[in-house]
Amino acid sequence: MAYRVVHYINQFFAGVGGEEKADYRPEARDGAVGPGLALNGALGGDAEIVGTVICGDSYFADNIEEAKKQILELIAKFEPDAVVAGPAFNAGRYGTACGAVCEAVANELNIPTVTGMYEENPGVDMFKKATYIVKTADSARGMKDAIPVMAKLVLKQLRGEPIGKPEEEGYIPKGVRINYFADKIGAVRAVDMFVKKLKGEPYTTEYPMPVFDRVPPNPPVANLAEATIALVTSGGIVPKGNPDHIEASSASKYGEYSLAGVESLSAETHETAHGGYDPTYANENPNRVLPVDVMRELEKEGVIKKFHETFYTTVGNGTSVANAKKFGAEIAQKLKDANVTAVIVTST
Amino acid sequence: MPVVHVCTIVPISLTVGANRIVPAVAIPHPLGDPTKTPEEEKQLRKHLVMKALKALQTEVEDQTVFND
Repeated sequence: MAYRVVHYINQFFAGVGGEEKADYRPEARDGAVGPGLALNGALGGDAEIVGTVICGDSYFADNIEEAKKQILELIAKFEPDAVVAGPAFNAGRYGTACGAVCEAVANELNIPTVTGMYEENPGVDMFKKATYIVKTADSARGMKDAIPVMAKLVLKQLRGEPIGKPEEEGYIPKGVRINYFADKIGAVRAVDMFVKKLKGEPYTTEYPMPVFDRVPPNPPVANLAEATIALVTSGGIVPKGNPDHIEASSASKYGEYSLAGVESLSAETHETAHGGYDPTYANENPNRVLPVDVMRELEKEGVIKKFHETFYTTVGNGTSVANAKKFGAEIAQKLKDANVTAVIVTST
Repeated sequence: MPVVHVCTIVPISLTVGANRIVPAVAIPHPLGDPTKTPEEEKQLRKHLVMKALKALQTEVEDQTVFND
């Protein structure tokens, strides 16, 4: 008997309508609809699309919890063995819905799921750990390439076959590490990789580095004597006792502390929470990391108009790029709201 | 709102994308030097902060390291 698959698609791919029908409520239909016909063919008789659940992208985005519940109920009625969603290509709301449906199905029904998206779809970052997301083109022109890859991944899961590496199977890395015995030790693999790099030959890293974005430089301060300058640090300077318990490494938060009436930092008032460097010198004189004494002096001398009396601090020690980015965005917004002119960031 | 990054490991600052960079003294004391007298050390700190302020007043089009 063939495995039972339910397919989730949006109003557009169901042929209901475009943006004007994006508030379409969840609905179940028997059998395959739209791209499900090609998917059904690719499943080759070993699995069959027994039902399709359709939901408008805006309805889903505006009523996430409720929509997820309704869709899950409709899916469960078909008693499926697996669920396929999309592919959503570069459609953000659709991708988010596909990812959320797959995640809910995996958690609640405990059956395999597969979806497909373009790698820049916001649904990728949100759900790549929760489901297999096949890497697709950015538009529906990539349908014929995406369908067989998605079909193969769902069949392998249904049959309990081992799933290969992301690049072999065509899905976006889920961040899962699997232990295996390599033929060569790490040192040999590293040298092999290096030699390939020197020769200009293609090689695959075993540990991809995070990708950092770039921002255009902001215009300079026009008149320093009229400027309010703020201090921000990743050196972990905090009020003595670290009241908010900022972690010594892999910080999950930043601190925001007043310097009203503070002329200089001292070993009695402040210390560092950073666990990645010898804290002796910073604890002895925290101005060595956060130069409050000099900022106050420059304020008195009229070199700057004002030293912003709140400083922002976190520990830059194994802190994830995602957290750092979030801290940065929040701190920047707060400084802008406080009409700060420019910022000095210090790092250890 | 321009930003200047005062840090010791300039290559990291360049990698993560800072646009105005002022090299500092050492990892555990970027704006200080415990081998100097307190007065000398404060002068050094003031010198670095002034450099940072100068960087903030400088128009840059790309990542720029402000050496002496």
